[in-house]
Amino acid sequence: MTTLTMTTLDPRSRAARRGLSDLSIRNLFIIPTIIFLIVFNIFPLLYSLGYSFTDFRASSNAPANFVGLDNYRTLLNDPFIWSNFAITAKYVIVSVTGQVIVGFGVALLLNREIPFKGLITTLLLLPMMLSMAVVGLFWKLLYDPSFGIINYAFGLGRFEWLSNPDMALYAVALTDIWMWSPFVMLLSLAGLSAVPKHLYEAAAIDRAGPIYTFFRITLPLVAPILMIAIIFRTMEAFKTFDLAYILTSQPTTEVISIRLYKMAFQEWQTGMSCALAYIVLIMVIAITNIYVKYLNKVKER
Amino acid sequence: MAAVQTTSERALNRIAIVGVLIATIIFLAPIYWIVSTSFKPRNLATTIPPTVLFEPEISPFVKLVLRRSQLREQPTPEEYAAAPWWERLVFDGGEKVVRDGQGNVQLSGYPSRFVNSLIVAIVSTVLAVGMGTITAYGFSRFKVKGEQDWLFFILSTRMLPPVVVAIPMFLMYRVVGLNDTHLGLIILYTAFNLSFSVWLMKGFIDEIPKEYEEAALVDGYTRMEAFFKVVLPEAATGIAATAVFCFITAWNEYAFALIMTRRTAQTAPPFIPSQVGSGLPDWTVIASGTFLFLLPVAIFTFLLRNHLLRGMSFGAIRK
Repeated sequence: MTTLTMTTLDPRSRAARRGLSDLSIRNLFIIPTIIFLIVFNIFPLLYSLGYSFTDFRASSNAPANFVGLDNYRTLLNDPFIWSNFAITAKYVIVSVTGQVIVGFGVALLLNREIPFKGLITTLLLLPMMLSMAVVGLFWKLLYDPSFGIINYAFGLGRFEWLSNPDMALYAVALTDIWMWSPFVMLLSLAGLSAVPKHLYEAAAIDRAGPIYTFFRITLPLVAPILMIAIIFRTMEAFKTFDLAYILTSQPTTEVISIRLYKMAFQEWQTGMSCALAYIVLIMVIAITNIYVKYLNKVKER
Repeated sequence: MAAVQTTSERALNRIAIVGVLIATIIFLAPIYWIVSTSFKPRNLATTIPPTVLFEPEISPFVKLVLRRSQLREQPTPEEYAAAPWWERLVFDGGEKVVRDGQGNVQLSGYPSRFVNSLIVAIVSTVLAVGMGTITAYGFSRFKVKGEQDWLFFILSTRMLPPVVVAIPMFLMYRVVGLNDTHLGLIILYTAFNLSFSVWLMKGFIDEIPKEYEEAALVDGYTRMEAFFKVVLPEAATGIAATAVFCFITAWNEYAFALIMTRRTAQTAPPFIPSQVGSGLPDWTVIASGTFLFLLPVAIFTFLLRNHLLRGMSFGAIRK
């Protein structure tokens, strides 16, 4: 990072002789940010990598003993951890699928001639801007079996959403769908508005039906941007913590982030939790890589 | 669309309008319910069937900011008459206002949490946007070896799951005494928003023609002067949009705040859910706290509406 070629300024110009050189300005502007991120993101991760090979417990004064790969071995052989991952996977699939269907569906509707389109679009985007934890909490009231408005509005009687172990994960996913469908909608709208109108006109001249037009024109052209939305939401859903933690305490909704939180800050198995954090981290990096590769591919066009 | 609308086109449009209407009602219903519950008398918050029409009250907001305790014995008529209007509202709810030895009214935990949220969000936003803007300028205007790799590194720090970062940060903060301090949370949120700020600002600065600065350099400005007097004013809209996004992210953040703060520096997101403990929660008070907390974000969303796409996609998609 130190040996670089610069867009050099003509050395004879007056400005180049006064003030800082371009090279020092560039370093002054970039290096502090890089250092900040290394100190507060990379260094902590190295710190916890060290602890992941120990039996350290932050709640006791006992010194940490080196245990090698034991933590990793224990975790990867623990069926409960695998069930946490399975719950997370189920949550990701249900929630992202729901967001894509609802978000893309509403975007298709909004892409027609709708009065007050701008205002309605902004209103629909509101949920994703709000705090997951704070709004998520309020969904407890909405889901309440006796006086919640959801059961009332849909005539579900005293349907148990959060206290039913089989239903709780879907309830959390439903709230997530409410919050994040607007995100898919926003990106889909951008994709839809970029579809050239003449393609539809040509299709109309050829008397193509709406279903044909949708699958042959709309969907292929919106697909790249929709894919960005899907990968982004998958990544976020995989990391999910707030909603599930606040809405329920069912074991059936214990996604991997909650397991990690409990292991680290309730059971105080610090060393073990650092190892689990690393397993999660590797998975996140893998998904992030796919995302960035795809993003670059789309950007190039 | 085609100049002549066919009957089926018009029918489809009508279906779309109905569909959008239903979607809008469903998406806004939870938000409406928060707002309406925050103005309800307590006994109407949890009724079967739910109460839609009622006479709005201000009492949940009064109760939100005051420390209260159960009323053991009814106040005498004189006491009641002498009490200010807000104290009477608390009496009406079967509670009394808690006072200290000097008779000063005690506040609930909410106001201080709200102020903490403001401090942490504002300071971290200023830091993240300030550093992010200059770094974005550096990447945008100068040749940096391995630029794409550095930018990817910056982006990747944002993708880390909060709990994963929080474990070592908690241990390190414990050593240096930063747990439950504003500074500790500010550092975390600045680091978290910095990558976002660099990416978004790079997009905005890339759009400013280089010729502007070059003209200024020819006029005898130094590079620094050109940056402050030419580039920054041109980037003002982008800076404002980035700042609002960073503010909202820091304002809404929950996991770090839950782990790193207990009391002194606790922000509103971990505090509000902690009010729903055992027993019957007073949903009107929770709703009023939620409403006040969501209000700034709702206002910002309207101000940001033309930049939402860009911000939410890390600057990947521009209109």
